[in-house]
Amino acid sequence: MSLAPKLRAPPPGRPEPPQDLSRRLEALLRLAFPLVSTAMVLILSATPIGLPALAFALSMPAIAFWTVFRPAGMAPPIVFVLGLLLDLLTMAPLGVHIIVLLALHGAAMRLRFWLARQGFFLVWLCFCAGASAAILLAWGFTALLLLKLPPWQPIFHTLLLTTGLYPPIAILLSRAHEAMRRAENAS
Amino acid sequence: MIRLSIPLRQVLARLSLPIMIAVAFGVMLLGKADTVLVERLRNTLSDALAPIYGAVSQPMNAVEQAIDEIRGLAALRSDNAKLREENERLRRWHAAALGLETENALLRRQLGFMPEGAPNFHAARVVADGGGTYARAVLLSIPPQHGIRKGQVALDERGFAGRVTEVGWRSARVLLATDMNSRVPVTLEASRARAVMAGTNGARPRLAHWPEGVIPQEGERVVTSAQANAFPAGLPVGVVRRNQQGSLEVELFARLDNLEMVRLFDFGLSGILPPEAVARPEPRPARH
Repeated sequence: MSLAPKLRAPPPGRPEPPQDLSRRLEALLRLAFPLVSTAMVLILSATPIGLPALAFALSMPAIAFWTVFRPAGMAPPIVFVLGLLLDLLTMAPLGVHIIVLLALHGAAMRLRFWLARQGFFLVWLCFCAGASAAILLAWGFTALLLLKLPPWQPIFHTLLLTTGLYPPIAILLSRAHEAMRRAENAS
Repeated sequence: MIRLSIPLRQVLARLSLPIMIAVAFGVMLLGKADTVLVERLRNTLSDALAPIYGAVSQPMNAVEQAIDEIRGLAALRSDNAKLREENERLRRWHAAALGLETENALLRRQLGFMPEGAPNFHAARVVADGGGTYARAVLLSIPPQHGIRKGQVALDERGFAGRVTEVGWRSARVLLATDMNSRVPVTLEASRARAVMAGTNGARPRLAHWPEGVIPQEGERVVTSAQANAFPAGLPVGVVRRNQQGSLEVELFARLDNLEMVRLFDFGLSGILPPEAVARPEPRPARH
């Protein structure tokens, strides 16, 4: 980071990195927002009263959205941490959700430039395909680790939940994303 | 922040996903290999999150209660109808019971019947099975200042279980009805015939010595008989069953294979006491 004079015009499309403490803090908060918000949603959704499949169903839209639209905030280590949290919160064998969420993240990362240009419905459709693959993968890994077939009904429950929850989550997160982008452009 | 050159940073960014997937597989193996560690991690996390969940669950509970109440309101009408019908039926039974009660009182008055007083009882916890001289006996733990005597009758919540044979300072032993040494005078409830229920060390005691001309019926209720002054009359014992060999047995109401608590009743009877007590029966004021 060079101490460039303020007078120099920033290169087009990319603003000058924030210099002073408050701006740096702001940038850090923006960077941490996807992780913190998703983790909090996961923790709240894993309350003993709620649905058992809710945490997994909520984690997938958030991870897919942030991977496509704000990959800096949803790097692989962050996905790893979220997967570990999900594994510990739910009673799944350790590691299953980490791998599944990382796979979803990798797929979204591959298609990110293409997806970012598509309309909402196509993205939703792609998300449905990716989520169903991820849920099947989680089921397969659980079967492999427990050495018995887990019940198959939760597959459908989770799939229905996550596809149904994607639009509201995406609307909320895109609001947040817009707000952060505006703040970034302003600074 | 560590400064890295741009190509190195790009390589790291590209490699981080495969590295993370490899680490995830490692975590998976670790979770499979060391379940204790995983449990400890889970417990730590849930301990940390418990206050949050506690705070969250209160409004959730309130909402659930409200939903339950609304559902209860919706079911009010059908519940009401059901209760009305049940009330009607119970009222009929009530009338029948009142009629029977007056009839009973009338008959008693005609007979000059002396009603028995309600017996005292102590509840005692079963602390050990078996032991002692007998094959089917249980040891009870009792408080030191007890009024428990040999010959008292032990019942569980369903029916007759056995008799007290030994009493110590803090414990008592009950000989169960299934023991080979147990002989209990019984009455067959339908035919009023007397018989003896003899234990066999099996689950069902044998029925013996019923009078000639009476055939105990399968499913007939068996109650204790006051003969020999060892038991009060009419304690529920079991039902008559015919086994595969065709001999008659009693299926006990009491669950003797998993007794937890028994009630020891003092009926003030001192007819036949267990052998050790024959020499000197303990004094007790007779009931009037």
